[in-house]
Amino acid sequence: MQLLTVIAVLALLFSLIADRKKTFEGVKKGLIMLIRILPSILSVLILVSVVLYFLPNEVIVRYLGEEAGFSGYVLAALGGSVALIPGFIAYPLAGLLVRTGVSYPVIAVFITTLMMVGVLTLPVEIRYFGVKASLLRNALYLLAALIIGTLIGVFYLT
Amino acid sequence: MNDLLKKNLGNFFVIVAFTLFTTVSFLSGFEPGIGIFREQFFSFLKEMILFLPLMFILIGLGDVWIDREKVERHIGSESGVKGIILVIFLSMAQAGPLYGAFPVAYLLWKKGAGVRNMFIYIGAFCTIKIPMLTFEIGFLGWKFSLLRTLFSLPLIILIAILMEKILKRRTFEVKQP
Repeated sequence: MQLLTVIAVLALLFSLIADRKKTFEGVKKGLIMLIRILPSILSVLILVSVVLYFLPNEVIVRYLGEEAGFSGYVLAALGGSVALIPGFIAYPLAGLLVRTGVSYPVIAVFITTLMMVGVLTLPVEIRYFGVKASLLRNALYLLAALIIGTLIGVFYLT
Repeated sequence: MNDLLKKNLGNFFVIVAFTLFTTVSFLSGFEPGIGIFREQFFSFLKEMILFLPLMFILIGLGDVWIDREKVERHIGSESGVKGIILVIFLSMAQAGPLYGAFPVAYLLWKKGAGVRNMFIYIGAFCTIKIPMLTFEIGFLGWKFSLLRTLFSLPLIILIAILMEKILKRRTFEVKQP
C-alpha cells in the first residue's frame, strides 16, 4: 500500500512537469469517479460491517478458509459467477475477507470468476456473440478461474 | 449532484440509517452498535480513506495520458504477436464492467480484428485492466496481483486460440444489438 502511494505521488509529479493542464484534468476525472462510487463503497462497507460483526470469524473460515478445501472454491466460483459487483467495491471487500480469514486461493477464484464469468450479463453477451460463443467463453473462463485459484493456492501454501 | 442522489437512493438510505443507528448506539451505550462501528466499520474506513483518493487520481491520470483511439486504430491492421500485444495494451487502458467491453469488441471486429484478438481483448479487459490492478495491489498486495496476472495471461491467450479454432468451422460473427 505504501508503494502504491509512492507511485501515485511520483505519477502526479511527472504528470505535473509534463503537462499541467492535462494533470488537472486527470485529477478532476479521478476525483469525480471517486465521488460517484463513494456512496456504493460506503454502503457496502456498512452492510459488511454489520454482517461480519454478527457472523463469527470461525464460521467464515470454516466455509471459505484454507481447511474448507475444494468446497470453498466451488462456493467462491458460484458467488463470483453470479454476482455483479464492480471491482471498485469487490477489491475492498476481498481485502476485508482476507483479513477475516478467507484464504487467498478462494479469493482468487472469487475475483477471477467475478471478473471473467458473467451469468447475469449472459443475455447481453449473447446479443453480441451468439449463444454458442457466449456459453463457450463463460465455460472456458470458469475453468480458467479454477485453475488460476489452484495455482495461487500452491504459491501461498509453500 | 441531483443525479448522484437519484442513482444512489438505496445507498444513501443505508448511510443515513447507519449514521442514526450509530449515534443512538453511542448515546445509549448499545453494545453491538458501538462494536459494529468501532471494530468493523471504522477500522475498514481508516484503511481506505487515505489511499482511495490516491488510487482514483492515478486512474484519472492514466485515463488522460493513454490515447485509446490511437491504439484502437492499429489493432485491426496488426496481427501476430504485435497484434496480441497491442490488444492487451488497449484492454489494460479501459475501465468499466464486462458488459462495457462488448461494444468495444464489436468495434474491433468491424475494424478487422480476428476472433482470436477479439477474445484476447475481452479476456485481458476482464483480468488486467489498470484501474482494477491498482485496486487489487492496494487491497490484496503485489504478490497476489502479480501471480494472478502471470497465470491469467497465458490462459486468456490459450482460450482465445481455442475459441478461434472452434468458431472458425462455423459461421461466427459479432453483431451489434
